[in-house]
Amino acid sequence: MTTIGVTRTTLLKDLRMEWRSKDAINSMLFFALLVVVIFSFAFNPTAEESRRIAGGLIWVAFLFAAVVALNQTWARELRNQVLDAYRVSPAPPNALFLAKAIGNFFFVVVLEALMAPLFVVFYDLRSVGPVWQLIVVALLGTWALVVNGTFFAALSIRTRSREIMLPLILFPISIPALLAMVDATTSILTGEASPDFWIKMLAVYDVVFTAVCLLLFESVLNAE
Amino acid sequence: MTGTSDLSSPPVIVLDNLVKFFGRFAAIRGISASFAPGRLYVVLGDNGAGKSTLLRMVAGLMEPSQGNFTLLGTRDHREVAHRVGYMGHAPLLYDELSGMENLRYFAGLYGLDDDAVCRKAMQMVGLDPELSRRIGQYSQGMRQRLSLARAMFHDPDLILLDEPFSNVDVHSAREMAAVLGRVRDKGKTVFVVTHQAALMEGVADEFVHMAAGQIVAREEAVRNAAIPNAEWTPR
Amino acid sequence: MKNLFIAFVVFTLALLAFSTYQALFVAPTEQTMGEVQRIFYYHVPSAWTAGVCFFVNFLASVAYLWKRNLASDGVAAASAEVGVTFCTIVLITGPIWARPVWGIWWTWDARLTTTLVLWLIYVSYLVLRRFSAGGQTQVLAAALAIFGFVDVPIVYMSIRWFRTQHPSPVMGGGENSGLDPAMLHAFFWNLAAFTCVGIVLMVVRYRLQMLEEKVEATHAAAALQGGSR
Repeated sequence: MTTIGVTRTTLLKDLRMEWRSKDAINSMLFFALLVVVIFSFAFNPTAEESRRIAGGLIWVAFLFAAVVALNQTWARELRNQVLDAYRVSPAPPNALFLAKAIGNFFFVVVLEALMAPLFVVFYDLRSVGPVWQLIVVALLGTWALVVNGTFFAALSIRTRSREIMLPLILFPISIPALLAMVDATTSILTGEASPDFWIKMLAVYDVVFTAVCLLLFESVLNAE
Repeated sequence: MTGTSDLSSPPVIVLDNLVKFFGRFAAIRGISASFAPGRLYVVLGDNGAGKSTLLRMVAGLMEPSQGNFTLLGTRDHREVAHRVGYMGHAPLLYDELSGMENLRYFAGLYGLDDDAVCRKAMQMVGLDPELSRRIGQYSQGMRQRLSLARAMFHDPDLILLDEPFSNVDVHSAREMAAVLGRVRDKGKTVFVVTHQAALMEGVADEFVHMAAGQIVAREEAVRNAAIPNAEWTPR
Repeated sequence: MKNLFIAFVVFTLALLAFSTYQALFVAPTEQTMGEVQRIFYYHVPSAWTAGVCFFVNFLASVAYLWKRNLASDGVAAASAEVGVTFCTIVLITGPIWARPVWGIWWTWDARLTTTLVLWLIYVSYLVLRRFSAGGQTQVLAAALAIFGFVDVPIVYMSIRWFRTQHPSPVMGGGENSGLDPAMLHAFFWNLAAFTCVGIVLMVVRYRLQMLEEKVEATHAAAALQGGSR
């Protein structure tokens, strides 16, 4: 019943279930695709312009898509009230949280990898700065969205109109992370500024909020 | 071996003035009671009598609003979580996984990584471990049986069952009742919340009647000399 | 206790009257900004009071998660509502002041933006309180409050950095550019008055919350006694 062991089995179970149903990844992909297409109509940018706005577009698209996935995570545990089976077991609550957060991280990273080529095609994107920095920003930024998102999704399953609740509480808290992701991405794409400060800030944000989540998850899981 | 209920050994559950509110509604209204081990209790009562709420509190899914209770000799309920089995009103299983996959996952939560444990549990309720169908395609009766297996695979000392016979045909229900009787004979304590008291007659040790959030009566049941050794038909 | 509170309310009202007199009549008119600068005596003390409220909210939320007592939750609920009210005043008076002075309603400067984000976070906190059911509200709200409070310094840091990278409009005559002693005098009187108003409102709101809890408890006790359901 170690945290790592239970985290691993829960994560594998979630990945297997997602592989069978593909609910989250399909709805997320389609949603992100819609956002990309609609933005493309709305702004119709030239290559030069798109470099400046792409940071914002990409992350807004991923943020909305991530919310779709985050709502799915706990919906699966509520069907047949399976969450109760976890809660009566002696398994550590934080293992469940970590498994869910890592699972969501995985789904959103897969989504980003699949959507990146589309952005290149639709917006004629070419990065001036080094691409590896983009990957670092994407990984740190995704964890920032997903760790709080997983926590707040668990929090909102205990409220009325839970699907609406998640973005209402997640977005305000995520503003600094979003700002960092957007501005760092734009800095790298245009090559005009260094993203170093933002990368450090995202790392701090990730560490701080992962700690807060792990500290508070048990209380929220057992709030009944 | 018919387990004689040993009334001198310390009780498994001691409820001390337990109260649960949902807003202004008092679902449990001050229950104090104690239950001896090695017995099969059948909890009866109308809808809204507080049966499920009481069971959820004892299982540790809900905090009492007032009062407290001792479980297997301790107030630290997390400490004895591995010795308690709980079967909820809903199946508490993943529709997308097969029977064995479900059990394997839950076994992992209890630190049991032995496949044999899961197989044994499946066989105990008369299900074929090789069944690769997902739970979503199971019949209601099969799902309830698997649910029972999930509540008991880790060989708990205290088993809490909420409406285990709902939507189960009479034949399967009798078989499930017989399984519970045998588990009790091994010295385990079993609580069954049900509407169908008739199914448990001959197997039960005691009927506990609840009404309006309180225990109103407890009556000793008449036990059959032998529990019918039901033949499971694996499907 | 009750008399003490009434005395404090009277004191606060007197203080408020005096500080208003100081701000509107005693303090000299600012040379470049003119009369509109007097909004400063309300804008900044409101921001301070909102900050105090949010800090109280954080402490009360931590206390709730630790002790699980309804009083802490009552303080948390009261301070969040009063804090959001003062924060709203800041966000309204800010643009009214900025428009004639800077020529713009709004700029994404660190202090303004942090205030706006703060407002969004605590409004979401109030929404959560409204939308969660029964006995779960307190735990969920306390958790969110801790997230919100931890977020504030990160928000401030990130927006400051954002501003240094992107040129912002030049702001002449900030509130610290050579404040006249008479202005400073009026400012501190208002700061004291607004803090007291904030405290009075929090106490009143807290008592209302406790009264509601008491009504619930009475109903619950009745439900426990009689057969009413």
